[in-house]
Amino acid sequence: MIGYALTFAFACFGLGLLLNIYRVVWAPTKGDRILALDTMVINAIALLALFGILKGTTMYFEASMIIAMTGFISTVSYTRFLLRGDIIE
Amino acid sequence: MIVEIAISACLVISGIFGLVGSFGLIKLPDPMMRLHAPTKATTLGVGGALIASMLYFDFIVGQFSFHELMITLFLFLTAPITGHFIAKTHLHLTHKPGDLPPTGGDRPWAGYESDVERARIEAEADAAARQG
Repeated sequence: MIGYALTFAFACFGLGLLLNIYRVVWAPTKGDRILALDTMVINAIALLALFGILKGTTMYFEASMIIAMTGFISTVSYTRFLLRGDIIE
Repeated sequence: MIVEIAISACLVISGIFGLVGSFGLIKLPDPMMRLHAPTKATTLGVGGALIASMLYFDFIVGQFSFHELMITLFLFLTAPITGHFIAKTHLHLTHKPGDLPPTGGDRPWAGYESDVERARIEAEADAAARQG
């Protein structure tokens, strides 16, 4: 039963990732593009957690923690750059 | 058996929420509405996936791990900050200062205050704090 649920969750998050790629490429405003990149990072974290369940190891949680930190810092620095033209004041 | 049902329910709920969040990013008409969908729903989706993996490693593999809680906490702390920054950037890029409502004080909206003006106001506030 866990196998079927896992496949379903993988399909959902993969489809979500494809929708995010569509939004990154064809975005009406710059804010949408940053938001889509941020959502892509979050979906990648979910996919890594699911992959850890599939393989039965806890090794992938360090990787998803690092991806979460990188995603947060990149989103904040991109928005800071658009707001101020400067990242570290 | 009950644990398996709980894990499967968490996985299905998290998948649905993740998909709805990513779909809302495309479907909703206004940029401020589009900000609403992923920052809430996708964070809940990741939360469900991480709860499912925590239950799985606790009860089926038999080793307890704290990492998922750490990731959940980090995401819950950072999601409002990124949401706030993206909203501010959107406001800054699409609205002119005249379109926005008044702030109710001397200072303008934070995105439009020039560096010189901000330095002057902050120096004045510092001096006032030192005297008082």
